[in-house]
Amino acid sequence: MEAVVRRRQRRFNFRGSLCIPYFVFMALFVVAPLAIIVYYAFTDQNGLISLESWKTVFTTAKNWQVIGQTVIISTISTILCILIAYPIAYILSNKKFNKNKVLVYIFLLPMWINFVIRTIGLKALINGATTFLFHFELTADYPLVAIVLGMVYDYLPFAILPLYNQMLKMDKNQIEAAADLGANPVQVFFKNIIPMTIPGIVSACMMTFMPTMSSYVIANKMSENTTSIIGNLVAYWFSESISPVSFNVGSVISLVMLMIIGITLLLEKTIGNKEENQKKGGIW
Amino acid sequence: MENNAMLINQEATNLALRRKARKAKIGKIAANAFIYFVLLLMYLPIIYITIFSFTDSPIAGKWVGFSFNNYAELFDLDVYESSMIWTAARNTALVAVTAAAISTILGTLGAIGIYYLRRRWKKNVLDFMTQIPVVNAEVVTAIALVALYEFISRFLFTIPLSFVTLVIGHVVISIPYVVLSVGPKLEQMDSSLYEAAMDLGATQTQALWKVVIPDILPGILSGFLLSITLSLDDYVVTVFNRPKNNGTFHTISTYVDSVTKRSALPTQLRAFTAILFVVILIVMIVMNVKSHRNSRENLKKEKKKND
Repeated sequence: MEAVVRRRQRRFNFRGSLCIPYFVFMALFVVAPLAIIVYYAFTDQNGLISLESWKTVFTTAKNWQVIGQTVIISTISTILCILIAYPIAYILSNKKFNKNKVLVYIFLLPMWINFVIRTIGLKALINGATTFLFHFELTADYPLVAIVLGMVYDYLPFAILPLYNQMLKMDKNQIEAAADLGANPVQVFFKNIIPMTIPGIVSACMMTFMPTMSSYVIANKMSENTTSIIGNLVAYWFSESISPVSFNVGSVISLVMLMIIGITLLLEKTIGNKEENQKKGGIW
Repeated sequence: MENNAMLINQEATNLALRRKARKAKIGKIAANAFIYFVLLLMYLPIIYITIFSFTDSPIAGKWVGFSFNNYAELFDLDVYESSMIWTAARNTALVAVTAAAISTILGTLGAIGIYYLRRRWKKNVLDFMTQIPVVNAEVVTAIALVALYEFISRFLFTIPLSFVTLVIGHVVISIPYVVLSVGPKLEQMDSSLYEAAMDLGATQTQALWKVVIPDILPGILSGFLLSITLSLDDYVVTVFNRPKNNGTFHTISTYVDSVTKRSALPTQLRAFTAILFVVILIVMIVMNVKSHRNSRENLKKEKKKND
């Protein structure tokens, strides 16, 4: 009797079967759309296999300029975010400076106000400040600087959170031991604190680098629509005003974007401790 | 002679200690100064809008005397902008709650299923699928869905963009975070509890409902909140997947974007932002006070137990 029950249990994994609806949903709305993108990228408007769209994309000088521009903007924004977020996360996670979690919440609170409104507010503020002090409008005269400012402002909380979570897990005894054994603060920082927080740094980089490439609203607002990032290109080729033919070109640009993301992921895998990341269940 | 040396030694340690203490104090001040400076910078744009919500001038940055006009207009639904703002706000909330509910249910079931799968490769496939929307650029997620609908419309049957497609888009971007916040809770769970419930005569569904779900509830809740947060702030997915028939469907993001394309932030929207800011602030304070009180009560209880 028991053997029968057990065999039946082995045959049908009830708890495991609970993921079937999830699997179906993800297959339909995550995997299939990407497959369609690949299909569109390698066909022409008649559905025949062709590399015409790739040629169109890569022979247009403006696309190259936008791609380069995007990588530069995203890289600088990411570096700035990490440089600002790292000390903040360290201070917030350190019991010596911060005894409760309230400050952490205060840092995350702006995320609850719509980011378009916040970006508009930032734009009004810095334009007001620069006109008052130096008689020029930052968003009109230095759009790239303005975009980087906007990106850093919007994605700073996303960089703080993973770093903070990582630093809570840091072994404080090791830092003290290093200091007791004669390491000076600089050595402690570079040989202890940084290596212990590398998984946090990596996921903070991902959390800021990826969205800064795609969130074209911030770029539009902060540059008064004068400067484009890759996100703009993709959105442009898929916008309503253009005929479905352009799906092919848009798909190619999407694939280029996915390739850049793939390269960053590979870099992440080589730099970060892979096992550490998996254990933590990814990004947050 | 020996005494003297000891004295000097002691004085030296005292001095060193004092210097260390002073250094620590300076460090603390510097750390606090840095934290509050960055916080100020982060809040300045919101405070800026809030301040200029109390003046009538069409552009934020110009002060033309104190008034509550913007607030009065915001609650006067005959004003075109105000009615647009409230419709957008209602749409945003509707989409966020629907999408978050769906992704919480699907995602929780998914996480439980993934955790109990027996085959390693099945787990890996599902984990990989979960990671895709997280690492993928939001624009690509958004346009890929549009491409899918276009493709099906061309070859099988027409799929018009509607509220359903919009919600699907929002579920796609938020569902991985539900799975990622429930997953770790399942790993922390005491796995023998489920077996025990089964041994004591519970059916599998009962054991799931009465043992597993209550245990992972904190993860489910944080997944739900995360979904709502992501959905409220979304722009790209909304723009591409929103219903296209009878007028433009606006959420707060798309409304603010389209309105500021032509002009500055509408005066009523400044009042709206200020109210939103205050409401969020109050919710945050209440939540913190509550958790503070809870933790204090727990401490007291523990003390009593120990006595």
